Amino acid sequence: MAHKSETQATRRRWLLLSPAMFILLFAASGPLLIVVIYSFLTAGDYGGVVWSFSTDAWFNVVVERDFFDDTLSFSDAHLSIFWRSVKLSLMTTFVAFIVGFPTAYFIATRPKNSRDIWMLLIMIPFWTNLLIRTFAVMEIIRNEGVVNSVLVGLGIIDQPIQMLFTEFAITLGMFYVYLPLMVLPIYASMERFDFSLVEAAYDLYASRWRVLRRVIFPIVKPGVIAGSILVFVPSLGAYVTPRVLGGGKHLMLGNLIELQFGQGRNWPLGAALSITLLAIVMIALIFYVRSAGREEMSHG
Amino acid sequence: MAKSRAFDIRRQTGFVPIALACFVLLYLPIILLVIYSFNAGESIAIWEGFSLQWYVSAWQNDKVQDATILSLIIAASASVIATSAAVMAALATTRTRGFKGYTLVFAMINQPLMIPEIVTAVALLIFFAMIKVATGYTGLMYLIIAHSAFCIPFAYMPIRARLQGMDLNLEQAGADLYGTPWRVFRRVTLPQLWPGVLAGGMLAFVISLDDVVITEFVKSAGQDTLPTYMLGQMRRVITPEVNAISTALLAISVALVIAFYLLSKGGNQSTGRR
Repeated sequence: MAHKSETQATRRRWLLLSPAMFILLFAASGPLLIVVIYSFLTAGDYGGVVWSFSTDAWFNVVVERDFFDDTLSFSDAHLSIFWRSVKLSLMTTFVAFIVGFPTAYFIATRPKNSRDIWMLLIMIPFWTNLLIRTFAVMEIIRNEGVVNSVLVGLGIIDQPIQMLFTEFAITLGMFYVYLPLMVLPIYASMERFDFSLVEAAYDLYASRWRVLRRVIFPIVKPGVIAGSILVFVPSLGAYVTPRVLGGGKHLMLGNLIELQFGQGRNWPLGAALSITLLAIVMIALIFYVRSAGREEMSHG
Repeated sequence: MAKSRAFDIRRQTGFVPIALACFVLLYLPIILLVIYSFNAGESIAIWEGFSLQWYVSAWQNDKVQDATILSLIIAASASVIATSAAVMAALATTRTRGFKGYTLVFAMINQPLMIPEIVTAVALLIFFAMIKVATGYTGLMYLIIAHSAFCIPFAYMPIRARLQGMDLNLEQAGADLYGTPWRVFRRVTLPQLWPGVLAGGMLAFVISLDDVVITEFVKSAGQDTLPTYMLGQMRRVITPEVNAISTALLAISVALVIAFYLLSKGGNQSTGRR
């Protein structure tokens, strides 16, 4: 009897799960497997693929075959794009931390009833269109934009500074669109922080900096790690921001991938690059899960 | 007491200015964008007086109209599909002791949050291209199902949170009074769950409305949504018309997010906060 109701419950559960699982399998998880397969096929002449096994795409991720004498060399173009993606993502994460940490701290130290409002103010931009926010940054930093107009108007500079279509613009844009992802987890871990610990530290003659570094920071560290991952991962795979603010001159991984499906007409290479990006993201996520697990063990 | 007034233990040098600068930074670009959508001149940099002309010209632009209608159709369909699927999935995954395959199910539901959008976009481009060749169908269903998939985790989260805070006793009572499972669900569970469902649906709608990357890769010719239309415009000379469209989209998103906030806040209060 008990056994029967058990199987019934299981059947009911999977029945309830089936629509969501079907949609996700069809339009999220399943296609990923096809990308893996495509990365081992031969590129068709006009896009698409030829169904014959080849590891060329994976070689082409980092290696280039010379057009004339068939010698192999590292693909500078790809490596510089990889490097730029990692560099700009790290910079974005760092700046987001420098600005996001004090902001989360500020919100967590407000009176209880106004904290929700401050957090809402952080989250509203996050839920608005990423393209629109990128576009808003573009308008501000363009040569005729507010920043340059004010600087020229004040006589600080004679000529507008070229900010748009530079790596600075991309970093600024990514910082701007992903900042809420840094503030949110840091705030979550700071909200429950017990300030009597800080009081105790001051009673023991600690300086403010020391209190911040030795008392507050270690306790909110899981939030900082979570925030850093949450900013780093989408920055690494960014597509819209570098396209709009980089002006096609400063490609990042996302744009390089897109190129293979557009002008490049090398779908297997695009697939291999996608899997590479996915692998880097997965490593970052595994690192996060493991450090979060360790943190839990040392506190629990 | 006297000590805390003379020496604020919560204060950290420079944190308040940075935080306030952060809020200014977050809102300044958006506010300027909204202001220039009302500019009388052609420029998005020089202010030439108040005017609604860019809203009028956006409204009269056929392409903008088509893109708006398409965006709304996709967002409405995707949010209904995603929310229905998410309600069922939440019922199956909450209030149980855990089951075989739970981790896999959880990973699958959250997958759209973890995997870079560009990778999913490329995967869908390849997969749907195969289906298009095989079936010849190039309609809207590709976009609707792609949007439904990445909306599921956003709809799932608030519904699950709501379900976890709900009282099982009422449903037990309903079942004890010989209510059929469906009747108990409709008359007892769903009314209590409703704020969560609404919140999840709204988040899904906003997420679908705002998507650029996946739509850009999945769409067939002539299937521009508002964001992909705007992305296309950004290659050319930008007029305040784009600001006007942006402002309209912003208004919808902000209204829905604030409604979501009030809804989830009200929901917490009615169940009583610990």
